[in-house]
Amino acid sequence: MNKHDPVDVLIIGAGASGAAVAWSLADTKMHILCLDQGGWMNPSEYPSTGRDWEAKFYGDWSTSPNIRGRPEDYPINDDNSPIKVVNFNAVGGSTVMYTAHWPRLHPSDFKVKTLDGVADDWPIDYDALTPFFEENDRIMGVSGLSGDPLSPLTHPPMPPQPLGLSGPLIGNAMNKLGWHWWPSDTTVATMDYEGRARCINLGHCTPACAQGAKASTDITYWPHAIRAGVELKTHCRVREILTNEHGMASGVVYYDKDGVEQFQPAEVVIIACNGVGTPRLLLNSVSGRFPNGLANSSGLVGKNLMFHPYAQIYGFVKEPTDANRAPPTCLWSKEFYDTDLSRGFVRGYGIQFGRGAGPVFEAVASEQKGILPWGADHHRVFRKLNGHRLAVSAICEDLPEEHNRVTLDPVLKDGHGIPAPKIDYTISANSRKMMDHGLARGREILEAAGATDICINDPIPWGGWHLLGTARMGTDPARSVVNEWGRSHDVKNLFIVDGSVFVTSGGVNPTSTIQAIALYVADQMKQRLANLFD
Amino acid sequence: MSAANELTRAQRNDLRTLAAMIVPASDEYKVPGADDPAIQADMLATLGRDTALVAQALDHLARLAGQPLAELDPARRDAVATEFRATGGAAAATLVRVVLQCYYRDDRVLRSLGLELRAPFPKGYTLNEGDWALLDPVRVRAGTLRRAR
Repeated sequence: MNKHDPVDVLIIGAGASGAAVAWSLADTKMHILCLDQGGWMNPSEYPSTGRDWEAKFYGDWSTSPNIRGRPEDYPINDDNSPIKVVNFNAVGGSTVMYTAHWPRLHPSDFKVKTLDGVADDWPIDYDALTPFFEENDRIMGVSGLSGDPLSPLTHPPMPPQPLGLSGPLIGNAMNKLGWHWWPSDTTVATMDYEGRARCINLGHCTPACAQGAKASTDITYWPHAIRAGVELKTHCRVREILTNEHGMASGVVYYDKDGVEQFQPAEVVIIACNGVGTPRLLLNSVSGRFPNGLANSSGLVGKNLMFHPYAQIYGFVKEPTDANRAPPTCLWSKEFYDTDLSRGFVRGYGIQFGRGAGPVFEAVASEQKGILPWGADHHRVFRKLNGHRLAVSAICEDLPEEHNRVTLDPVLKDGHGIPAPKIDYTISANSRKMMDHGLARGREILEAAGATDICINDPIPWGGWHLLGTARMGTDPARSVVNEWGRSHDVKNLFIVDGSVFVTSGGVNPTSTIQAIALYVADQMKQRLANLFD
Repeated sequence: MSAANELTRAQRNDLRTLAAMIVPASDEYKVPGADDPAIQADMLATLGRDTALVAQALDHLARLAGQPLAELDPARRDAVATEFRATGGAAAATLVRVVLQCYYRDDRVLRSLGLELRAPFPKGYTLNEGDWALLDPVRVRAGTLRRAR
């Protein structure tokens, strides 16, 4: 095994949180190295550059690593889960492949035990993260409209996405019902911003933005971090973290782009591999001192996996919608975000609205749902459906449950022979009631918009975008994996900065909060450099 | 059993027949059927990673039909197709998806739908700003952000 010169800080993963922590720590002038199993993406090869842009979503650009199967991906056994894991492995991580929807956790989300008597409070609160939310919004480049009465106050540096054709249909329906709605904060640039060109409505945000209008960390944080001296090595897949005789992390073993085993020593190791990749790495890092995996004296590594079950309902209106000619999401609602026990469940959900779909997606989805027939009537029905879809998705707060977990699959391995993660997950009774409520309200919204041919995805099966809770943060080492500033309770030079540290999930997309936490942890580290390991 | 990386002549014939059943030609909309030679050629040229599942689906179809699909009488053919869709699982769904994804990128079909014959990038699309006064009722209702006591 080749051994390299030691670095001060080694970051594993160059996605949302790894990029943010690398950028923040760069001003310490320490020697910082980041290893990522993927490579740099080439926007000229993104799907929207070709006529077969929609077909790619079912293959090379699937959100599922199991379907996509790029060499940079690792397989995930999610057979025992109704929600399948989706992610992307490259510089930028899953920010390369996300919808850029940009809500934050609410202040109340950090105090669920205090407010509602369930799960646990976080050891930090919203106010501790506020400056990092703001800093992150500036670097990622956020568009939106300040002043949403039911969301935390934000100050997006760019105006919101236009309402287009779909927005007014949704807004009028919500006004008819007297329910809250607001333009989403998004990381889609609505004007030229920090070297990024403004959105030109390619309509295909999720599988990467050829225009570069959607913020992914390969085009936001990383250029800054690299200019500041951070070193980034691609196509390096970390197998395990090693420890020394003092129980401290000594470095990592990884496979380089040629598959050759390497050892990289480091003074500090930071894990940023998401809520599945991080427990996988910790559980694969077994030693005599840490027989159950690294940082796992609590036994909680991999447990409390939270996904956000998505209950989606959609229908078709007479009026034309934006279809594939706009970013897919533009509006949200927090009408049902907070606990109201009269609804029969605790906590709540956000709603995100979908503007529509392209012709191939519409044909495939509608045929599968049985609303697009075979034969002579196919053409008439397709013309009624195509370009007329509106969607409502309830993104339900998933509460932590230890039986929802990531373990190592005893058989399945990745291309380097490293044991793959296995997911065991069930939707809780509380989440089930929440999803039913969301579907019922979604139906009311669609009917208020005049939609017919209503269909549901319950849950969205390939909807495991948000991978949270599997190395939770807390002050009690028996009930958490990392402390209130991201350091492992067990290994004092090991930090975790991704969605694994979430204590609860809230009812919103988590990337904004994940990155704010990464910046907060970096700031805590910088404040404690003199006694970081005490 | 067919090879994993190619379709046999019989399978290609059944695929063409089935594709026409899914999306027949239409004089009214001035569109070809999914059995059109150019669309069929697109399917075969781009099957790629879907080849094995499509072949599996066509094997299933052949078992149900017992003979080339095109040689069945129309009623029997419809019954076989219905049974195929109901029992074919992921393989049948993949085959149908392959038919639709090639059909709905054909120039003649897109033109009939009033869609432009181009990739989204680099031209993109224009989006109307919309009427932001729609938010006025939301502002009037306002609300309070829940906080921990």
